Amino acid sequence: MRGYLPDFDVRVPASLGEALELMAQAPGSYTPLAGGTDLMVVYNAGRLKPTHFLDLSRLAELRGTEEDATSLRFGALTTFTELRECRAVHQHFPNLVKSARATGALAIQNRGTLAGNIANASPAADTPPSLLAYGAELALVSPRGLRRVAYDQFHQGYKRLDMAADELLARIIVPKPLGRGFHYFRKVGTRQAQAISKTCLAAYARIEDGCVAELRIGLGSVAPAPVRARNAEAALLGKPLASLPVAAAREALLADMSPIDDIRATAHYRSVVTRNLLGQMLRELANA
Amino acid sequence: MAECIDLNLKVNGTEYRASVHPFARLLDVLREDLRLTGTKEGCGEGECGACTVLLNGRVVNSCLVPAVQAQGAEVVTVEGLAEGENLSSLQAAFLTHNGAQCGFCTPGMLLSATDLINRCPNPSDDEIRDGLAGNLCRCTGYAKILDAVHSAAEREAAR
Ligand SMILES: Cc1cc2nc3c(=O)[nH]c(=O)nc-3n(C[C@H](O)[C@H](O)[C@H](O)COP(=O)(O)OP(=O)(O)OC[C@H]3O[C@@H](n4cnc5c(N)ncnc54)[C@H](O)[C@@H]3O)c2cc1C
Ligand code: FES
Ligand code: FES
Repeated sequence: MRGYLPDFDVRVPASLGEALELMAQAPGSYTPLAGGTDLMVVYNAGRLKPTHFLDLSRLAELRGTEEDATSLRFGALTTFTELRECRAVHQHFPNLVKSARATGALAIQNRGTLAGNIANASPAADTPPSLLAYGAELALVSPRGLRRVAYDQFHQGYKRLDMAADELLARIIVPKPLGRGFHYFRKVGTRQAQAISKTCLAAYARIEDGCVAELRIGLGSVAPAPVRARNAEAALLGKPLASLPVAAAREALLADMSPIDDIRATAHYRSVVTRNLLGQMLRELANA
Repeated sequence: MAECIDLNLKVNGTEYRASVHPFARLLDVLREDLRLTGTKEGCGEGECGACTVLLNGRVVNSCLVPAVQAQGAEVVTVEGLAEGENLSSLQAAFLTHNGAQCGFCTPGMLLSATDLINRCPNPSDDEIRDGLAGNLCRCTGYAKILDAVHSAAEREAAR
């Protein structure tokens, strides 16, 4: 079954200002449309409620990647392919390259956008764990102006976001790691391409004097939204690489997850495999 | 209720104009409005790749592209690969190596493989698998498709 065409209306604003004006006139009645790789699936299945789409894909203001000394700022419309092709992303954020490469297959990577991956708010999305690990920030724009939110504060529950009905995600800002860094990303799906994660773990650590000086771990598919593993992080922070408290960290990780049974995996599987991913990550960290 | 739009797009080098619903899928516009039925619909949800076309030079699933986003775009479908009677190297290699059985995946497979060889003239097995990962084939078991892509890439390189 397909969506019934005449029920769907599309506006193609010529500028970001025009898009925001439209949204402000009738907050909540427009559905932003970027690459469509999430929305079109629901639409094709006939499960999308009639709506007015707001096509963002031609808004130059939401494109492009800007680099300065301390960060990379990705436009909302940055595609997975653009992430894969960007030299600075390879240099500073190898986990993001792996996230992009692990997303769908090439045709999805050519169309799907970073902001769409975030705003779709699937707990199984593959860039959010990496963005959490790198301490990303989001820039949201509305007629009231620009607002910045730490990404680890953005998800407030299953499909609940700190984003008002008249706001758009404009940029994703990722600070460049400083010093000696350790990066880890692994997604577990049924096959390498075109598979939604059963679990996913991304981590970034800064190593100083042989100790874990800074650590962020992002998890996918084990909670109602992408989450930081704050308990596991706390168990590891400050510890020497030579004697990482692996068992305590694995135990602490249990308090960071609230996995469920679904069509892709059981809660038990997710809990065991995610702790194993942490174990693998720590073995690599110990040798870093 | 939405009005139809005048959609202008260039498909396989020819300018087309059609009056379509802005949220019609590019796939339906190609098949039903332009009568280019080489592009197939398998899943309608981005999983199978039967609907793969090149949109402004990049492979996309045409079942996930609303017409309004193809306004002014350049599209290549399987009908655009041969030059008159002359098959492209890839099409010829698919024939020689039995890269097609039922043929339903073949148009999409050919577009993804064409794009792959453009980006990566001498692909390894892994690069071919990565490039074709979004194109499912229920018949061939993929080995013969890999053979065909390798042989077409070699043929192109020798030209
Ligand atoms: C076959 C297939 C495989 C896939 N595999 C994966 C995978 O392995 N991993 C993964 O993470 N995802 C996967 N996806 C999901 C999808 O490709 C991604 O979530 C993608 O990033 C969505 O981006 P989009 O631009 O296509 O979003 P759209 O479909 O255009 O939009 C998605 C949501 O985000 C909102 N939105 C978009 N842009 C903005 C903005 N700037 N501001 C506010 N709201 C906005 C939209 O309103 C909508 O609610 C897959 C999808 C398909 C069809
Ligand atoms: S029909 Fe488009 S991907 Fe299957
Ligand atoms: S030849 Fe039948 S699906 Fe590929």
